[in-house]
Amino acid sequence: MSSRGGTLLDGDDIRRALTRIAHEIIERDKGATGLVLVGIANRGDHLARRLASEIERIEGSRVPVGVLDITFYRDDIGMRAEAPEVHETRIGVDITGRTVVLVDDVLFTGRTIRAAMDALTDFGRPSRIRLAVLVDRGHRELPIRADFVGKNVPTRRDDDVRVRVRELDGDDAVLIEDQALTARSGGAIEGAAT
Amino acid sequence: MNRHVLSMHDLSADDVVRVLDTAESFREVGSRVIKKVPALRGRTVVNLFLEDSTRTRISFELAAKRLSADVINFSAGGSSVAKGESLKDTALTLQAMGADAIVIRHSSSGSPLQLTRWVDGHVVNAGDGTHEHPTQALLDLYTMREKIGRLEGIRVAIVGDVLHSRVARSLSFGLVKMGAEVTLIGPPTLIPPDAPSWGVQVSYDIDGAIPKLDVCYMLRVQRERQRLEYFPSVREYNRLFGLTAARAAVLPEGALIMHPGPMNRGVEIDSDVTDLPGAVIEEQVTNGIAVRMSLLYLLLGGGVSATGPDATDEREVTRA
Repeated sequence: MSSRGGTLLDGDDIRRALTRIAHEIIERDKGATGLVLVGIANRGDHLARRLASEIERIEGSRVPVGVLDITFYRDDIGMRAEAPEVHETRIGVDITGRTVVLVDDVLFTGRTIRAAMDALTDFGRPSRIRLAVLVDRGHRELPIRADFVGKNVPTRRDDDVRVRVRELDGDDAVLIEDQALTARSGGAIEGAAT
Repeated sequence: MNRHVLSMHDLSADDVVRVLDTAESFREVGSRVIKKVPALRGRTVVNLFLEDSTRTRISFELAAKRLSADVINFSAGGSSVAKGESLKDTALTLQAMGADAIVIRHSSSGSPLQLTRWVDGHVVNAGDGTHEHPTQALLDLYTMREKIGRLEGIRVAIVGDVLHSRVARSLSFGLVKMGAEVTLIGPPTLIPPDAPSWGVQVSYDIDGAIPKLDVCYMLRVQRERQRLEYFPSVREYNRLFGLTAARAAVLPEGALIMHPGPMNRGVEIDSDVTDLPGAVIEEQVTNGIAVRMSLLYLLLGGGVSATGPDATDEREVTRA
């Protein structure tokens, strides 16, 4: 692996980052009342569930968790050869009047978050929407910023930043790969989370 | 996935699973207060219904609207077709207006295939003559998979007027593709002679089959397509092949009773049977919207719009 490839966060780093974010979320709203966590499929929902159990451990109150798939709200329909794969959406509570914290793994161009906010407004009118991400890698294409960030990582635009979660991938890690090197070695990976 | 969906043969088993899985997400959309997503904004879907239809046309219209596509409904009465316009000229008009997808229902078998030769958009067969009705088969497969939990190995009887039924053909092809065991049951006059080559069993005895079924699928007796006397009387048909309350009572616990609609109550199915817990006829209709949304999304959600600025390039690619 090149000097640009490697592990940005390991399992312990991720656990500590999520614990800190959980503290920050309840500090910002002075508690967990009226809070809903909505994770963006299909990594953010696992992170949202972990944040919820951290908040429950700290505050003693249960926070509802939803999962949101933003595929139908993407702005690149017609720009891809195949219709993007669809994941589950399940928001079990009425979000109107509540504080919704969107949770995603990587914040990159901001387009996913734009789509997620559009999707949320189809479910109700939250009193406010906040954003928590595990990694902010920069290169925004829309005026969007995160309220809670696990780690800010300077990247090149064509780097591939990958989050692994144990529920899906067997272990927890944030990895970065030099896209140009990967392409040369014949293992081109489609762009990571946007 | 194939560019057009004219027949269940245009879909691989993997394609079918993809359509059904994606339909799952659209069912969730259908349960929301706002049942609409912007997935196909800017795309145009034409419903070209040249044969009478209520549920399929409304289902496709609702599906396309819930995907935010622009929908144009075109039916034989009150259109240029009533003035004698040919299918080809109608197709060329729709082509010139930039239809990304044309959903066609026609009384002549094979007309959707003919349509693909004249237009660049995707063509979806919504029922052509006695040939096929693939989206009905897909919604039936969805309903069976949801209720029973699998398609492989399930035992399905398709009962009645198989000869005139495009539903029976598409559903048989779909079920066989997914590994189900299909038996066609009906009077010998209404079983097509080539049926054994579909990979299905044929029987003339509904009572022998009923105790072992997972799904009892009743077909409508299509009097409007029957030019001959295929059976002596409606009463005899009902007695020999109708799903009566007595027969329904012999179905195994948990077996499904299905019908593509519209029903002839008292002919192929008795009125009190449709109220049994195993009857999922209304759920078939509800699932139809989600399945059609899924199919339209998978066809139109990728690639370049037929009306977009790069449309010409894409057409060249697909033709190459």
